[in-house]
Amino acid sequence: MAEPVIRLRGVRNQFGEQIVHDNLDLDIFRGEVLGVVGGSGTGKSVLLRTIVGLRAPQAGSIEIFGTETVGADEATRLAIDRRMGVMFQDGALFSSLTVRENVEVPLRAVPDLPPPLRGALADLKISMSGLPYLAGDKFPSELSGGMRKRAGLARALALDPEIVFLDEPTAGLDPIGATAFDELIKGLSRTLGLTVFLVTHDLDTLHATCDRIAVLAEKKVLVTGTMREMLDVDHPWVREYFHGPRARAALDTAEKES
Amino acid sequence: MRRQHASAAIDVTEHDGRSVVRLSSPLTVAELAGIETVLDRLPLDRDVRIDLSDVAHMDTAGAWAIARLRSRLEAAGQALEIAGSDARQTALLDTVAAGLPQAPEASPRRRTLSDRLETVGRATAGFVLYFVELIGYFGLFLARLARAVRRPKEFPLTSLVHHCQDVGVAAVPIVALMAFLIGVVLAFQGSSQLRQFGAEIFVVDLIAIAILRELGILLTSIIVAGRTASAFTAAIGSMKMREEIDAMQTLGIDPAMTLFVPRILALVLMLPILGLIANVAGLIGGAIMSWIELGISPAMFRVRLFEGVSIDHAFVGLSKAPVFALIIGVIGCHAGMQVKSNAESLGRMTSAAVVSAIFAVIVADALFSIFFAQVGI
Repeated sequence: MAEPVIRLRGVRNQFGEQIVHDNLDLDIFRGEVLGVVGGSGTGKSVLLRTIVGLRAPQAGSIEIFGTETVGADEATRLAIDRRMGVMFQDGALFSSLTVRENVEVPLRAVPDLPPPLRGALADLKISMSGLPYLAGDKFPSELSGGMRKRAGLARALALDPEIVFLDEPTAGLDPIGATAFDELIKGLSRTLGLTVFLVTHDLDTLHATCDRIAVLAEKKVLVTGTMREMLDVDHPWVREYFHGPRARAALDTAEKES
Repeated sequence: MRRQHASAAIDVTEHDGRSVVRLSSPLTVAELAGIETVLDRLPLDRDVRIDLSDVAHMDTAGAWAIARLRSRLEAAGQALEIAGSDARQTALLDTVAAGLPQAPEASPRRRTLSDRLETVGRATAGFVLYFVELIGYFGLFLARLARAVRRPKEFPLTSLVHHCQDVGVAAVPIVALMAFLIGVVLAFQGSSQLRQFGAEIFVVDLIAIAILRELGILLTSIIVAGRTASAFTAAIGSMKMREEIDAMQTLGIDPAMTLFVPRILALVLMLPILGLIANVAGLIGGAIMSWIELGISPAMFRVRLFEGVSIDHAFVGLSKAPVFALIIGVIGCHAGMQVKSNAESLGRMTSAAVVSAIFAVIVADALFSIFFAQVGI
């Protein structure tokens, strides 16, 4: 766990006059599942978009795999992008392609991969994401929300990335679907050795999957630590978040299971 | 026996009656094609041993290739032994083997002649069904209109006025300009032909009959079909997409009364007016061009128009307007209700509405021509 794969230092994000992040530091270590929480408007999604390169920060440095990415040229950026996968909130699947074709899109970047093999690999990823075999032939509009998220995860995992970014993976899922998705993330992160960066509101997901939690507040990462350590943090928002009735219920469930 | 393969990283030897595969390249998606060609060629009549001790990096694609080789060998009654894999690789192999997609048994059927016939039949039936549905929507519109007459309080008057503005007033400039130019073109073309016979004065009859009877209202309807049918479909379709229409139904609001009646009725009221504006603009255009090209003064144009051309032509033309309006409105509203929950179907239905509306207007115009010819107006 000693090796940080992503290292953020002094990152500032600003929209006009409004400063979202200021002097934000964060380390993400290889193989861990990091959950990012924070109130609405604290810039959780902005942070995710900044790290994956959809947004350039106004200041600061972002090192991924030891390479500085702020101001990096396109080739460097592309090489890093290949090693990362992103699952957007509602899957962000291409609506004109079937699920299998969606998963094949990143695989097209691999030279000399014949189409039948590509299709078979896409089928493997679809099946590993817990979708039934026939889902590969369906269009995104024919899937339920949970299935779209799984298909989005299959696409994010297509090239065996080292880091996966998940934006609200369980938002809008029913409790059974959300639990199944938590287990899927945990299982895949263990067996594939994935590093997972996960933005969530779901306390059960935090309990079930995350090794470490980072709390965004006051325009920076306020604290990081395990769920247990969060309970001892003396900050009004953190206290309210982790000591609220929902947090208690989630903690009790987690303790009963363990 | 020792065979060396093109890719030096894969080494296949025969040993004690089984194939021994020694891999030394990274077993990843980038190398998959090369690895697969070798693994595919392995004979399936003996056991296989795969040595992974030199494989530094393996991803799911590599693990998949091995898992597939195992299932092929097991189907042939042979075994696969994996040697030299570290704990992570073993875990990955297990995960991939567990996640190997199970293809359902059903094999894809070839399309037969009867399948093709079925497609044609379904398309034909779909067309008839579409027509029946349009008649259904027309009936719904009439029924709601009748109810509005009986219970005027339910009638959405504000909405009607709003749509009259949208459909009618906003379309005046484009319709007038279009008709004016058509009048100019007719006068120009007509004069160059009629001059050969010394019958220049008949250009007035030509312009008046062509515009009043056919072109004025037909071209107006086509423009309105493009403008308004698409707008109806987009507006109703996006409400359908966001479940607003379902919400209306659960709140006891009738979508037909609140959405269809004001839109279609606005079209029925506005299209004859737009047609009349187009007629006037067309005649003005024709008169100006006749003056420039043939020296027919506006006064002479007026006299010839009143004496030579029966007012019946204008009535015939304008009598078609409400029918065209109903066609455009019903097709637009119907297409909007067919929108599914994705943006793609919204776009598809919008363009389908425009095409259907223009096509239906032209067909209706042809039917009108036959009808008027038969009754002799």
